[in-house]
Amino acid sequence: MVQDNGKEQTLALKLRVWRQRRGQPGAFEEHSLAAVPTSASFLEMMDMLNEQLIKEGKDTFAFDHDCREGICGMCSMTINGMPHGPIPGVTTCQLHMRNFRDGETITVEPWRARAFPVLKDLAVDRSAFDKVIQSGGFITVRTGSAPEANNIPVPKPVADEAMDAAECIGCGACVASCKNGSAMLFVGAKINHLNILPQGQAERDRRTLAMVKTMDEAGFGNCTNYGECQAHCPKSITLDVIAKLNRDYLRARVKEFFSSTGKPSKGGD
Amino acid sequence: MALTGLILAGFVLGHMTGNLLVFKGPAALNEYAKWLHEHAGLLWVARSVLIISVFAHIWVGIQLALENRAARDGGPADDATRRASVASRTMPYSGVVILGFIVFHLLHYTFRTVALGGVTYGDDVYKMLIAGFSNKPVAAFYIISMLLLCLHLSHGVSSVFQTLGLRNERWRARLDGLALAYAWIIALGFISIPLAVLTGCLK
Repeated sequence: MVQDNGKEQTLALKLRVWRQRRGQPGAFEEHSLAAVPTSASFLEMMDMLNEQLIKEGKDTFAFDHDCREGICGMCSMTINGMPHGPIPGVTTCQLHMRNFRDGETITVEPWRARAFPVLKDLAVDRSAFDKVIQSGGFITVRTGSAPEANNIPVPKPVADEAMDAAECIGCGACVASCKNGSAMLFVGAKINHLNILPQGQAERDRRTLAMVKTMDEAGFGNCTNYGECQAHCPKSITLDVIAKLNRDYLRARVKEFFSSTGKPSKGGD
Repeated sequence: MALTGLILAGFVLGHMTGNLLVFKGPAALNEYAKWLHEHAGLLWVARSVLIISVFAHIWVGIQLALENRAARDGGPADDATRRASVASRTMPYSGVVILGFIVFHLLHYTFRTVALGGVTYGDDVYKMLIAGFSNKPVAAFYIISMLLLCLHLSHGVSSVFQTLGLRNERWRARLDGLALAYAWIIALGFISIPLAVLTGCLK
């Protein structure tokens, strides 16, 4: 946003930022930050705050970030109670300061969920997601030479749907926005991405059961259909993936229950 | 939650339809009650299913609420809500009030230990009903409970489809509308009776 005189508008902000050391209780710290350009991203604003703290000889705030172009899923701040801030469909790194008012007080917190313990300040441990992926977020392939590109036909609608689910960057905003701390949107996206493709069929049921089990063990909550995850997902993944996760889970459980052992029962003929 | 909820949501429709016989006169309602009691075997099958469903629904509901509260870990200091409906966020509370209502309702009509106005009417359901709803606090509690049931059903019935995996973005709005319509039909059907008594249409 450029003013008439050609100079960029700047904001003076009051920041309430979460300060916490691992395993210890945390608290909000208040800081004033002046001359924040409206074209700065939220993370650049946090960089400015940290530089100011360094000049003052104080400890900086730890926060996660990597690509800063909205695709890596590392940034993870709850801004004014909203994971990734007030603009739907963007990550914190793609949120610009022009969306805030001069003189505004901004509250910055880490993801809040038992399955995501705070490492330091705004950085949380999201390895619970890695465990969910390790338990079933893969397909079996023949290694060696690269396979022929179009050996396995994938219908266009299926490819589109799988790609929609694969948009999930695993940032954890779904968990942070869910009033139950549930990871169903993430797990649903990952399961859908693989379960509908022909390449994912071999492990389909095993994947669904294993990923749901790992999710439950990690201490995530349960879905009660609030829909907050969809409203906060920076990639706008929809609740469709949760409905399909439920369907696949029911299917896998029924198939497991009635699976054949290949032997006659002891009480039988 | 979904399966037991489905059974209970189906039951309230049946119950509401049966109750509406009150508008056909005392004989129709009392004969319906008598008919139910004459088929004791079937009645007890239905009652068993309902009792199991109610307890399972409550048990799973409590577990859900406790697990979810723990998983949330307090939540953000400044919690913002973008989409979650009032109905979805008040399910445990509307549920508790409805449970309280069910207990009172069973004591009143099934066990008949609540004798309003000091009078018991034996098997005359119609007189029991008129006496019950002539009592304004009882009628008010009934109406409030039915409005909360409407709230509870509006989220519950649409959630059934999601839990069973029978919903998508295209159908979401329609199924939510269907659930809302169902919830209002149930609630208005039930509420029409105390209103008729209070306004003197039923005596």
